[in-house]
Amino acid sequence: MTRFFGPGLPYADIGDLKGVLITIEGTDGVGRSTQIVRLKQWLEVQGYGVIDTGWTRSELMSETIMAAKAGHTLNQLTFTLLYATDFADRLEKAIIPALRSGFVVLADRYVFTAFARSVVRGADPRWIRNVFGFALAPDMTLYLKIDVDTLMPRLLRNRRVDFWEAGMDMHLHTDLYESARRYQWRLIREYNRMSRQYGFTAVDAALDPEEIQARIRRKVQGLLEERRMQTLTDNLEALRPLLFEEAPAPAARGGRGAAATRPAGTQHGVPATAHQAVLVPAPRRRGDRPDA
Amino acid sequence: MSRTRSATTRKGRAASRTRPRGRLIVVEGIDGSGKSTQIQLLHKWLEARGIEVVFTEWNSSDLVRQATKRGKKKNLLTPTTFSLLHATDFADRLTYNIVPYLKAGITVLADRYIYTAFARDTARGVDPQWVRDLYAFARKPDAAFYFRVPIEVAVGRLLGSRAKIKFYEAGMDLGLSADPVESFRLFQGRVIDEYDRLTGEYGFRVIDGTKSIDTQQRQVRDLVRRLYDEQAQEAS
Repeated sequence: MTRFFGPGLPYADIGDLKGVLITIEGTDGVGRSTQIVRLKQWLEVQGYGVIDTGWTRSELMSETIMAAKAGHTLNQLTFTLLYATDFADRLEKAIIPALRSGFVVLADRYVFTAFARSVVRGADPRWIRNVFGFALAPDMTLYLKIDVDTLMPRLLRNRRVDFWEAGMDMHLHTDLYESARRYQWRLIREYNRMSRQYGFTAVDAALDPEEIQARIRRKVQGLLEERRMQTLTDNLEALRPLLFEEAPAPAARGGRGAAATRPAGTQHGVPATAHQAVLVPAPRRRGDRPDA
Repeated sequence: MSRTRSATTRKGRAASRTRPRGRLIVVEGIDGSGKSTQIQLLHKWLEARGIEVVFTEWNSSDLVRQATKRGKKKNLLTPTTFSLLHATDFADRLTYNIVPYLKAGITVLADRYIYTAFARDTARGVDPQWVRDLYAFARKPDAAFYFRVPIEVAVGRLLGSRAKIKFYEAGMDLGLSADPVESFRLFQGRVIDEYDRLTGEYGFRVIDGTKSIDTQQRQVRDLVRRLYDEQAQEAS
């Protein structure tokens, strides 16, 4: 199941990642963290080991990023690279070890947030995707999808909108509300494009939080069951040669002689599906418009 | 080109005549290759010739200083985070310490440039194409000098000057050897191999770092003089 967006981490022994990586994407104020808290509880009640990780929470970078955002000397390049460093630290020090131990990892924002923020600030979409070529492709990306007019009151309701959430560095408008609306509109359009390109699992974030949670649980349940079936199949495949090795003893009647009937394309019970994700920017479409 | 020029005002033409294009000159080589000595001497000479010069050094921006220090001290860095921190540092310096000066017609001297990342990070095991793509935003220098020395010469110079070889410079994070000197030999040996590969790829001007300091400097100055002569021809 080990799939990277690009060349991955050639120097590291990733090993067999038994866990499941679920990422939750969506723009600022859309309700990601509320949903993650409840999803985590629900999974733990069912007996799954869960760790959650979030944007800019790395041991290495969190302080630096806070300090950098407090001053306004960041540009698109340094902004992106600080996030990439934070992400790499969490990927190698937290996400991969947890997946190796069989945890469900819930990631609040993933590489797609970096893609969206950089591209709306004028970065080359190919460059930013190359930068994150070391990232693991998630098993599922839950996308909390919302239109900008539903988002705006929500963004303002809980706390004051900060400089970066309003995209003030982009000088779209001198008025905070106007700037935030335009910036968020652009971000949402970018998320919508990526949703098609990468096959996000979209959930309507305009719904009641209870209903959103119910829908998320159904999607996650489906994924976990699928993974359980896959593991069972893989285990059976891995066991098959062992079972047949002992059976056809010289005295055995008939001798089954079918020891090598593993399906082509599998090795030691692991399906040969490690293709790299395709990273070609998607064309624009009218349906991506966040106010449509 | 001529169309743009004809569209500019008289004032604009005057400004572009008095403002020569800034040159970006970089030096590369392993620790102990003597590149820093050479760039200092070049700096002095250019200033003496009346050329305005600024100097910038690898891994010196304030933006990631704390994180790098912390990462090194607590041994948190992986080849990928090591690489990305240096790219962030470089992007910050490119924005504030390099590009504006070049635009203003000031020469920029850089002690280590993106090739340091290509050589070192690849020697640490990151994907060679990945690190090249990472730095796709960088500016191509007007000249890149590579000071080539055999590993034993570099080791000899370092042991002679400072008592301790630095942890990451020796590639101690890779676990090649528990002995710092031996680790330095092995790791920097790999870095030299990478530099040799880069020499053809990026057209380095290779200087034999075992020659005397003034011999090397003469070669450097000859090449740099030509950079400015070319410019004088362009302007006339």
